[in-house]
Amino acid sequence: MSASADEKKYRWVGTRPVRPDGYDKVTGRAQYGADFALPGMLWGAVLRSPHAHARIVSIDSSEALAMEGVHAVLTGADLPDPYADDFDKETRHLACNVMAREKVLYHGHALAAVAAATAEIARQALELIHVEYEVLTPVLDIESALSSDAPLLHEGLKTRGEEDPAPSNVAAKVEMGHGDVEIGFGLADVIVEREFTTQAVHQGYIEPHACLAQVEGDGKAVLWVSSQGQFAMRSLTAGVLELDLSQLRVIPAEIGGGFGGKTTVYLEPLAVALAKKTGRPVKMVMSREEVFRSSGPVLSTRIKVKIGATHEGKLVAAQAFLHYEAGGFPGSSVQAGSMTVFGSYALEHVQITGYDVVVNKPKGAAYRAPGAPMAAFATETVLDELAEKLKIDPVDFRLANAAVEGTRAAFGPRFRRIGLVETLEQVKAHPHYSAPLQANQGRGVAVGFWFNAGLQSSAAVHVNADGTVSVVSGNPDIGGSRASLAIMAAEELGIEYDAVDVLVADTTSIGFNDVTGGSRVTFATGMAVIESAREVIQQLRERAAALFETDVENVVWEDGRALAPGLKDSEPLDLKTLASQAGKTGGPISGRHSLSARGVGMGFGAHICDVEVDPETGRLTVLRYTAVQDAGKAIHPSYVEGQMQGGVAQGVGWALNEEYVYDAEGRLENPGFLDYRVPVASDLPMIDTVIVEVPNDGHPYGVRGVGEVPIVAPLPAVANAVYGATGVRFTDLPLSPPRVLAGLESNGKS
Amino acid sequence: MEYCTAHTVEEAVNLLSEKGLDVRVLAGGTDLLGQLRMGRVRPQRIVDVKSIPELHSIEKDEGGFRVGAAVCGAEIAEHSALCAEWPGVVEATELIGSTQIQGRASLGGNLCNASPAADTVPALIAAGATCRVIGPDGHRDVPVEEVASGPGKTSLAPAEIVAYFRLPRRAPRSGDAYLRLIPRTEMDIAVVGAGVSLTVGEDGLCTACRVGLGAVAPTALRVDEAANALIGRVVDEAALDDLAAAASSVARPIDDKRGTREYRIRVAGVLTRRAAKLALSRAEAQPA
Repeated sequence: MSASADEKKYRWVGTRPVRPDGYDKVTGRAQYGADFALPGMLWGAVLRSPHAHARIVSIDSSEALAMEGVHAVLTGADLPDPYADDFDKETRHLACNVMAREKVLYHGHALAAVAAATAEIARQALELIHVEYEVLTPVLDIESALSSDAPLLHEGLKTRGEEDPAPSNVAAKVEMGHGDVEIGFGLADVIVEREFTTQAVHQGYIEPHACLAQVEGDGKAVLWVSSQGQFAMRSLTAGVLELDLSQLRVIPAEIGGGFGGKTTVYLEPLAVALAKKTGRPVKMVMSREEVFRSSGPVLSTRIKVKIGATHEGKLVAAQAFLHYEAGGFPGSSVQAGSMTVFGSYALEHVQITGYDVVVNKPKGAAYRAPGAPMAAFATETVLDELAEKLKIDPVDFRLANAAVEGTRAAFGPRFRRIGLVETLEQVKAHPHYSAPLQANQGRGVAVGFWFNAGLQSSAAVHVNADGTVSVVSGNPDIGGSRASLAIMAAEELGIEYDAVDVLVADTTSIGFNDVTGGSRVTFATGMAVIESAREVIQQLRERAAALFETDVENVVWEDGRALAPGLKDSEPLDLKTLASQAGKTGGPISGRHSLSARGVGMGFGAHICDVEVDPETGRLTVLRYTAVQDAGKAIHPSYVEGQMQGGVAQGVGWALNEEYVYDAEGRLENPGFLDYRVPVASDLPMIDTVIVEVPNDGHPYGVRGVGEVPIVAPLPAVANAVYGATGVRFTDLPLSPPRVLAGLESNGKS
Repeated sequence: MEYCTAHTVEEAVNLLSEKGLDVRVLAGGTDLLGQLRMGRVRPQRIVDVKSIPELHSIEKDEGGFRVGAAVCGAEIAEHSALCAEWPGVVEATELIGSTQIQGRASLGGNLCNASPAADTVPALIAAGATCRVIGPDGHRDVPVEEVASGPGKTSLAPAEIVAYFRLPRRAPRSGDAYLRLIPRTEMDIAVVGAGVSLTVGEDGLCTACRVGLGAVAPTALRVDEAANALIGRVVDEAALDDLAAAASSVARPIDDKRGTREYRIRVAGVLTRRAAKLALSRAEAQPA
C-alpha cells in the first residue's frame, strides 16, 4: 500500500525489479567474510578476559609459542603504544578495545591473539597463555558507576561538558534545549513524569565478524572483510597499527547483517598484525559467543522524562535526563538519544541533559538509529499517559503537537519539509487503528524519529562498448542498494534496468565512501550515481553532437537516445550506437562524482501494535502490527518495506525478550541465541507496511533514508499496547514473561 | 578423540567399559555436538548407538509400547498408535528444537542429558514410563524419574545405557498432556514444563493421575501431591485449584537467566492446571 504525494512519472523509480545480488545470496554462492582462503593461510584466535575488571599483571606466552603449529602470539606489547605522545588520541580507546593494555575492562576483552596452522591448534594455544590478573571490583550499572565510591574504569577520565570536573565514570555531559521549562511547566494543566530503563541488546546479525589478512612482499597489506564500510575498516585498522592508508587495501565481502555493529574494528588490526608477524595470510572468525561478549551491543539506559500539556492537548514543556551506558570506553549514543528524545514534537520550552557513563561491559557500538529507540520508549509512553489523562485520542494528541516544516527542533535547527503529519494521518485512516479487540488484548501507537545521514560518497558510471553500463560504488550492499543504485542509473540514462551492473569496489578502485550506515546509501551514494550518470549524459550529448555535426546545445538526451530536434533528417542515436563508436569519438565514456551530501531528509514513522497478554503467565503475543513511514520517495518499494519490517522485528525483540544477563561478577550469562532471545519467525505476525511519500527536496527523486526509523517506534508501541491490554504501565524493558507477571501481580491484575 | 559405532548393545557396553577413558554416548547428538563445539566436554571416545536395532524401533505389545531410546522425534510423531494413546508424550517430544533437530533428537538423549528442563521427561514421568537400562552387570528397569540425579548427572553406572522406554498399557478413558512455558513460540528451553496423565470413570471421578514437572528443581519431579488432588474426585475447578496449589508448593526452582524463582513457582501451578484440563478433555473424548 502506498500513499503518494507526488505525481512525477518514472520508468524505473518506484518499481520492484529483482536485486542483482539476490541469486548468489539465496543460493549460497555469495562470498561473506569467512568464505575467503589463501594458500599457506594460518588461523588466528583471540584470548579474552574471564574478568569484567582487572589489571593485567603479566602475560606469559612462552608455553603457547612452544606448541607445535603455533606461529605467533600477539599482545598489546607488539602493537603501537596508544599512550605514546604521537599516537592519534582519537584512536586511543579503539586501540585499547582491540587489544587491552594494562587493564581489561569487560568479560571478553581481548588481550592476546595467536596465529597457528589450524583453528583447533590456535584455540588450544590460547589455554597455554598464562595471564596473571589483579581482579578489580566491576562497575556493572549506571547507579554504581555514578556512586561517589565507585571504582574508576579510567583513572584520568573527566566529564566532557562539565565545568571543572573531578575524575569519574561519566565521560560526557550533553545539554540542549530552548525556552524555559520552569515557565513551561507553569503553563501545564497536566504533567506526567516517569523514569524508564532499558537493558543491553545486541544487533544480532547472523554473520559473525570475520576477515582474512595478507601482507605482500613490499609490506603492503590486503584485508578481506565483511563490514559496513571497507574505507572505515581501512582507516580504523591503519589507525590502530599506525599505517599509511596507502599501505592497506580493503576488499569488501558480502555482509550478513550489521545494523551499525560492523562500523568498527575488532579482529582486523589483529589479523593484519599477525600476518605481518608471521609472513603468512591469517584468517580470523569470531564464534557466536565472542560476538555477544566482545563486539559492541547497545547497553543499558535510564531515562527520566517529564512532559506538561494543557487541557486542550497542547504540549507546553518537556524535560529529560538521559543516562546511557557506554561500556568499557566512552562513547554511548546518548548524544543522539538526547537529540531525538523530543524530536517529533513542537515544543516551546524544552530541556535535555544526557550523560555518557562507562561501565565494565563491552564497548557499545551503533545499533540502527543509535540511541533513539530507548528515548522514544520514554517519551511515547509518557505521551500515551498524557493523552489518556486528557481523554484525547493518542493519534490526535500527537497530530496536534507534531513537528512540521519550520518547527524548531528540540536539538536546535528548524525542520525542512517533513512528513510526520501525513504519516499520522495514514495511521488514523488505517483499518487496523479501528479494528475491534478482545479480552486481554490491547493496542498501542507510537512515533519514531531519526535524522538520517548524508556524509561522503563517491561513485562512477562506465559505459561499456555494447551499451551496457557498469556502476561502481564503495558501499557494501546491505538493504538492496545495488538495486536502488541500478534503478537510479537506469532512470537517468533512460535504459533497461538489466543493462546496469553494480560493483561494490575495494578501497583502491573507487573514491572514498563513508560507511553503509545512517540510512544514507540510497540517498547520498544514490546522488553520486545520479550525478555520475548525468556526466555520462553530457559526454553522450557531446559525442552525438560530433556525429550530428552540430553544437552540443542542440542535442538532448531522451529515453536513452540522443536527439537533435532542430536538425533535419537526424536519426536518434541510442546508447549502444554511441558506445560502440566511443573509440572514434573521444575514447571511453565514463562519469564519476564525489560529494559530501547535503539536503538530508529527516524520517518519521508511526506504528500500530496489538498484543494479547496471558494474565496467568505474563506471556505476550504480538497479534498485529502496522508500520507507516515517510520514505520521501521509495526507489525500490520492496526494499523500503523490507527495511520497515526488519526494523519492527528488531524493535519488537528489544521490547519483548532481548537482554544481556550478567552475573554479579559481570560475566555475560547468555552469549548465544538460545538464551539471548531474538524473535523467531513464528513470534511475529505479518508486519503490514504503508509507505508515505513526502518528497525530500534535498534529493533529485525526493529520497529519505528509511533503514533506521522503523526500529524507533516498536519499543513504546509494544509497551503502550500492553498498557491497553492490562491497565499497567511498564517502564522497564524487556517485557519478558516474568517481568510482566510481576507487574500484573503488584497491580492486582493477575 | 576416537569415534566408534556400536552394532549391538553388548558392543556398546564394551566400548563404554574401558577404564580411565572419558567416553560419551552419541545418539542424535543434538546435545553432545553442541557441547563439543563449545568446548564443554572433551571426551576421548564417542560411542555411536544409532546402529543398534533395539534402540531404533517402536513396538506395541500386551504391556503397552516399547520405544527405542534412539528413535528420533520425527518417527515418534509419525507413529499413529503412539500419537493416539500418548499424545502428551508425543507433543513433548515434538517441542524439542527445530524440524531439523526432530530428525535426530531422541527420548534417550533427552533423558540422559539430564537437563532439569528436558521436555520429554515430565511427560514420561506422568505417563509412568520406565526405561530398560543395560550395563556390564546385566539389565534393570528403572522409573524415568529415577534416572537424572542432578543437572547433567544421572544415576546410571559407568557403561550403562538406556536401551528403550516402556509406556504402560492404557486404561479406557485416559488422556495425557504436556505444556511448557517459553518466552518465544519455539526454539527455546522450558522455563516451566508440566505433564499430566489421568483416567476418568464414566461417573466423572478421576481414578488415576500422575503429574511430572520440569525446570522447577534440579531434576524433573514426579508430583504425587498434585496427582492426589484429583484422584477420587470429579475434576472440577476446586480440584484443579488444589492440583495447581500442590504443583506450585513442590516447586523449588532457582533464579536464572530464564526466569525467576517466584515466576516458576506460580507458573508451575498454572501450567499443571492447564495440562490437566487438556488431558481430561482427551480422556473424556474416548469411549468407555
